[in-house]
Amino acid sequence: MALITFTNKGIYCKQGDFYIDPWHPVNLAVTTHGHADHVKWGNKAYLCHELTKPILQHRLGELNIQTLPYHKEISINGVKLTLYPAGHVIGSAQIRLEYKGEICVVSGDYKVEYDGISTAFEPVKCHTFVSESTFGLPIYKWQPQQDIFNQIKNWISLNRDKNQTTVLVAYSLGKAQRLMTGLAGYGDMYVHSSIASLNQVFSKAGVILPTTIPITPETSKEMLQKGIVIVPPAVAEGKWIKSLTHAATGICSGWMQVRAGRRWRSADAGFALSDHADWPGLLSAIKATEAEKVFVTHGYSAIFSKYLNEIGIEAEEVKTQYGDEEEEDNVEINKD
Amino acid sequence: MKRFSQLIQQLEMSNKTNDKMLALVDYFNEADDMDKPYVIAMFTGKRPKRPVSTALIKQWAIELCNLPEWLFAECYHNVGDLSETIALILPPAKSISNRKLHEWIDDLALLNDKDETFKKQFITKAWNSLETSERFIFNKLISGNFRIGVSNKILVNALAKQSDTESCKIMHSIMGKWLPSEINYADLISGTHVNTNNSWPYPFCLAYALEAVPSSLGEPQEWQAEWKWDGIRGQIVKRNGELFIWSRGEELVTEQFPELHFLLQELADGTVLDGEILSVKDGKVQAFSILQQRLNRKTIHKNQLNDAPIGFYTYDLLEYKGRDLREEPLSKRRQSLEAVISNLKTNKVVMLSPIVSFTQWDELAKLRESSRDLNSEGIMLKKLDSSYHTGRKRGDWWKWKINPYTVDTVMIYAQKGSGRRANFYTDYTFAVRDGDQLITIAKAYSGLTDKEIKEVNAFVVKNAIEKFGPVRTVKPELVFEIAFEGIAESKRHKAGLALRFPRIARWRKDKNADEINTLDDLRQLLQATLLPPA
Repeated sequence: MALITFTNKGIYCKQGDFYIDPWHPVNLAVTTHGHADHVKWGNKAYLCHELTKPILQHRLGELNIQTLPYHKEISINGVKLTLYPAGHVIGSAQIRLEYKGEICVVSGDYKVEYDGISTAFEPVKCHTFVSESTFGLPIYKWQPQQDIFNQIKNWISLNRDKNQTTVLVAYSLGKAQRLMTGLAGYGDMYVHSSIASLNQVFSKAGVILPTTIPITPETSKEMLQKGIVIVPPAVAEGKWIKSLTHAATGICSGWMQVRAGRRWRSADAGFALSDHADWPGLLSAIKATEAEKVFVTHGYSAIFSKYLNEIGIEAEEVKTQYGDEEEEDNVEINKD
Repeated sequence: MKRFSQLIQQLEMSNKTNDKMLALVDYFNEADDMDKPYVIAMFTGKRPKRPVSTALIKQWAIELCNLPEWLFAECYHNVGDLSETIALILPPAKSISNRKLHEWIDDLALLNDKDETFKKQFITKAWNSLETSERFIFNKLISGNFRIGVSNKILVNALAKQSDTESCKIMHSIMGKWLPSEINYADLISGTHVNTNNSWPYPFCLAYALEAVPSSLGEPQEWQAEWKWDGIRGQIVKRNGELFIWSRGEELVTEQFPELHFLLQELADGTVLDGEILSVKDGKVQAFSILQQRLNRKTIHKNQLNDAPIGFYTYDLLEYKGRDLREEPLSKRRQSLEAVISNLKTNKVVMLSPIVSFTQWDELAKLRESSRDLNSEGIMLKKLDSSYHTGRKRGDWWKWKINPYTVDTVMIYAQKGSGRRANFYTDYTFAVRDGDQLITIAKAYSGLTDKEIKEVNAFVVKNAIEKFGPVRTVKPELVFEIAFEGIAESKRHKAGLALRFPRIARWRKDKNADEINTLDDLRQLLQATLLPPA
């Protein structure tokens, strides 16, 4: 019998009697990473990577959380469970399950390029692979992140020449820290409180991040103008940005790859910097697993699974409730 | 081409006119001198012949990226633009070329005479040497279809600022006949080519729509009122024994209107008339739907000349005896115009657009109500002491249109938009009731706010019944009031009639689908417009 099934509560392992990233409360929720669409409140117990724990506590309060480092195997009701880095955000993990020689990997969200702060993605050989497909169209091909950081830096210089305040929009868990690391040394970085509090969580957990300055009501507009302002998407559309002197807004998201995406958000610049795998990334990751069967979840799942079948990889589309963390970020802000 | 690609990105990201203008000024300060006339030509719609069909371009791109056609089609639906889809979907360039914009355009023009193998080799090689953003530009150069929200006016203002030249001079100079390969930027800006040609029209003076009450314009005595005609704005130029008819789209349409050719004999050299090309029968202006039969035809049949005869209602004199009159006040130009027209021997083809006399604004408002009886769209108000401006200038010329026709319809199809709105269902098809059936009556793209679009989008996603490629059939529930400017018989449409300039006036959340208009309502309206004007 199959090691995982897709139920109305989430991805279920019957042999081990636990769920992976369930969206309704269960006894044990194995959690791939800390984005709100992958972890909900109300489960009796959680199992996640040790760096995901402080994120869950910060977001959901005190919970019953068991943690694991990467690569350490444990057994739950006879099912061997190991976490492997997914490269998506700090602490993100692929869940490898093994039972009677049958291996299944649930990858959550992942990207194959090393981003400088999240442990780099590792392909894991398996029989069954569960893959996301957020950017599962061949128009999504990322440039190397160094090229994108250079573009962002050039843009910041141009803004400074024109006395404009640089505002970069990046969701608070993951992209913001990635930007901070990539732009370190290029000017004082001012961060929105939701980003600042997550930075604090990471620092406490021992993650080394560049120095940033939290924005408070006392932060003067003149200081911001000389520096680099980093805010989450929800703030980018608020009144505060409009109150800045000559703000130039740059959105950092994979959706910025397409002109329509850039224009719809009516920003001044768009940078296609994503924490999800692009088309070549998805294909190379899937091929590296040598899986016999691929389940395709959230994103362009119908299109992507149809294509996999055409190139000889057996694939099936699965409906889940996972989404895109950029939408989720809004919810988090409202909660604060 | 890199600098041009940067310009396009700046223009696209900005929605402020002034930012666009400044981006253009920067471009014309920094760009290669040879490139500049090409960019001006492109932005003013001087399009070279398309060397390769869209179908071939698409086919070659699919071959190169080695993907199934259905997947390419899915990408296209998501991107909403073919040039961009190809730019994104092709494998990364093998080497990067530094060729200039004008070199690419010239090479593309030369492709026209080549065979398909050569064309394919040239284009695929180009794709392989351009990075994504430049590839997009290159594909747009092939199609010649650049829509990036740069109006002639923004361009002209940018050129005027960059070169420190009067904007009307620039407008005049870039409007006419010149080839980017044969003129340099400095000559184009200074307009050295303009005086040598007899055909030059003047930039049209345009009016703003009057939103306020007319009494806000001041004293009635300071204003001249005319009917606002629903035809083709035109300029008739007679110089050095040649006659030219220009439409507002800067197109030369002389051959299309033989009825006006007598002016070659009867107008003095150095005369330029401004007015409206209309269908006029027995001294009465016909509906636009009649004039339409005469537009964009290569040959005109005798019965078309009989069914839809042309007249020209003139309302301004821009040049007389070779002298530019545009700085003179309207009242004086009108006097000169009346003299010119009274000297014509041929009657009832070229006529003065009558002045609507009034002494009180209330009186004019009443007269305006009768506009439709004359097949007019309302009233034009022009200040008597105004000069003839270049383009649109607030204050001196106003169009005070009567309200459009409206019809209540229900939405039955939705399709995703393109460009900025590629991820939302923004293009809708509307129907009216005919017995127990719904008959498609109009397609409309605009008129809703972003918030409303999101709301309709959510409805479409939830209530889609069937899928035909990118089109969704939706439950006929949402009622929209469609505004339109005219109605005409149409054999091509199932309804047997077509609306002119349909757009969404309002989302009628207060109405449900059984309260919409019927096809009979529209048929009656059509019959009423076809009756001879009173």
